Amino acid sequence: MKIRIDRGRIIDPANDIGRIGSVYIKGGKIVSVTDEPAGFKPDTVINAENQIVCPGFIDLSTRLRDMGHSRKATFKSEVRAAAAAGVTTMCLQPDTVPVIDTTAVVELIKELAEKAAYPKVYAVGALTQKLDGTELSSMLSLKQAGCIAVGNANQPVKNLLILRRAMEYAASHDLLMMFRPNDFWLGNNGCAHEGAVATRYGLPSIPEAAETIALAQCLELAELTGCRVHFGQLSCKRSVIKIHQAKKYGLKVSADVAIHQLHLTENDMQPFDSAYHVLPPLRTEEDRQYLRQGLAGGTINSICSDHQPHDLDAKLGAFPETEPGMSSLETLLPLMLKLVTRHAITLEQGIACLSANPARVLRLNSGALTPGFSADVCIFDPELEWQVNTENWKSQGANTPFWGQTLKGRVTHTLQAGKIIHRL
Amino acid sequence: MTDNLQLNAEGKLKHFLTIEGLSRSLLTEILDTAESFAGMSEHQVKKVPLLRGKTIVNLFFENSTRTRTTFELAATRLSADVINMNIATSATSKGESLLDTIRNLEAMFVDMFVVRHAISGAAHFIAQQTAPHISVINAGDGQHAHPTQAMLDMFTIRQLKPDFSSLRVAIIGDILHSRVARSEIQALNTLGAAEIRVIAPKTLLPAHVESLGVSVSHNLTQGLKDIDVVMMLRLQKERMSSALLPSESEYFKCFGLTEEKLKIAKPDAIVMHPGPINRGVEIDSKVADGPQSVILKQVSNGIAVRMAIMAMAMQTAPAPGRSGGIHTIPGDRHADSLSASGIHTIPGDKGVA
Repeated sequence: MKIRIDRGRIIDPANDIGRIGSVYIKGGKIVSVTDEPAGFKPDTVINAENQIVCPGFIDLSTRLRDMGHSRKATFKSEVRAAAAAGVTTMCLQPDTVPVIDTTAVVELIKELAEKAAYPKVYAVGALTQKLDGTELSSMLSLKQAGCIAVGNANQPVKNLLILRRAMEYAASHDLLMMFRPNDFWLGNNGCAHEGAVATRYGLPSIPEAAETIALAQCLELAELTGCRVHFGQLSCKRSVIKIHQAKKYGLKVSADVAIHQLHLTENDMQPFDSAYHVLPPLRTEEDRQYLRQGLAGGTINSICSDHQPHDLDAKLGAFPETEPGMSSLETLLPLMLKLVTRHAITLEQGIACLSANPARVLRLNSGALTPGFSADVCIFDPELEWQVNTENWKSQGANTPFWGQTLKGRVTHTLQAGKIIHRL
Repeated sequence: MTDNLQLNAEGKLKHFLTIEGLSRSLLTEILDTAESFAGMSEHQVKKVPLLRGKTIVNLFFENSTRTRTTFELAATRLSADVINMNIATSATSKGESLLDTIRNLEAMFVDMFVVRHAISGAAHFIAQQTAPHISVINAGDGQHAHPTQAMLDMFTIRQLKPDFSSLRVAIIGDILHSRVARSEIQALNTLGAAEIRVIAPKTLLPAHVESLGVSVSHNLTQGLKDIDVVMMLRLQKERMSSALLPSESEYFKCFGLTEEKLKIAKPDAIVMHPGPINRGVEIDSKVADGPQSVILKQVSNGIAVRMAIMAMAMQTAPAPGRSGGIHTIPGDRHADSLSASGIHTIPGDKGVA
């Protein structure tokens, strides 16, 4: 199968390419993005005029539910949502039911992903057994079974000695640890940012310090253990400052931010609208500003969807009792483009944060249109407007605060290993 | 959105969930309407037929004696049929969800829910989900709001100190966990109080408490200076075990209201407490039972204020008049024939009881 993508504006940050041209694909791989290979006769030609052609997106934090949570969503529904969002590779957080702490579950996930037959799904293995923060998981076996990293998802490792040992063990096997910093005790079962809004509505709250203290501890342990750490879903100003300082000091750490944290704040949260119930919670305008600057300056190198689809019942209740998380794959691109139109980042930076940079975090040979790489390509129309509604939405979870809104920017084609997995 | 949720298309009260978003004139209308009901308790026949044929369900997911009783009395004095449901020991303990409980009661043709729930936002949630003809009154949700308590306190204050604009009010104690405090602060600010001071240790104050429109003190002796109204809050015993305070005795030493400390406030200051009081923890018995205490007046006023709010939410309140508009309502003298057996005689009643 040979494919030529014609006349699109190619943006490939890893190779520093930004011009109108054609992309040549053969045998599932990128062949060329400059000259037409000799004797290249495409079976399919995609006209990408007035569109942007870039590497397929790599999402560092996704939940696809299924298995014990299939009423919320299934691999089948969510990989279609991912393909429609231009995502070609996803990291599945280990807090599935059952937890990804045995090779059997990894195999099951591989099987489900293969059956669903769309974007590449990498499992993140549990750092501790059952994610309960007390006993180490069989990380090496998990790695050998295909886990791309280890982590404890949203569950705490309360005992720092256990966290230290887990990091040492992960480092012994050159495993990346994905860490969402949150001190369990300071978090105090909160559901909203500890600020004026939570105070007004009497909502149990989570201070920034719950995040920054856990972050600071983990940075110390990263230095002590030599473990590679990627910090996920940062939410506040002081976290950005801490990562910046740690990088300057020479620690090999990286960080991402969930797309909604770059747009929403506690003030957007209509009182008691459970669609805004996310963890970490939506914080202040100043925090949002720092997160955007952290992204522009490279302190935060990736944007993730932090996709968490829910069934209706999960969000139907009084705010603190509802389950946290947004269904956010399909709003990923339009919200990234909104950052560009707001001049928070450049389009090249935005694309890099969704492709080349997460590929670097995961040490994958992808996230770029380099000849020889798997032909994972996203083609999108940056001007196309669409409404978030039942007709356009693929995810089984409709839990997004953007429901009903008209957004700008839509993926027209997604290619995974040279196969067209989404066409608008 | 939440502001509009409480009002109908004509801007009249539909639900009563929080003080936030309600205008000064609406709060004043509640107080004026309550005043017209206030004299009723001394009548031989303590009933008016304003809610005749209406069914009100007291839906208490948390235990309460005072609030539930005054709501019940208020409803029966308006001639409504009242059902008390103590859900804390009922359906939800069998795993029924809040929404299912509401749906089931709706199916029994209820007209009003009076809701108390341990989770902030529960009353809003019910108001959003319930059938359009049903009114929801918040009788306290989590740490969010207790608006009828705030209104009965405003009513009590107005009886004794009619000019809000000159009032300096101190709220003392566990502000962090108090839905009463949040609603009091909003009501006092809406009615234009000159100053609201919250007095508590930092562990019992929420973050950015100043953003509610209050000044802050951590010292009772300093904080009581020039105060007209002293509002004490109940201190839950479990605050000690959650490391918010070292001991009851130390709390009493620092923040307990004694006769001596009360002397720092203005000589004619009144002392309020939403009850139930912890004698010797937040307040000394001599103050609680003393001449400046209006704690029992608050309880009595609770009935008239809740009558006013219920009648207004059901759009049956008499036009507020400062002096006994209630006497002019036809049917008043027949009211006592409507009590428990009213169900047989009222056309259109759905027979819920």
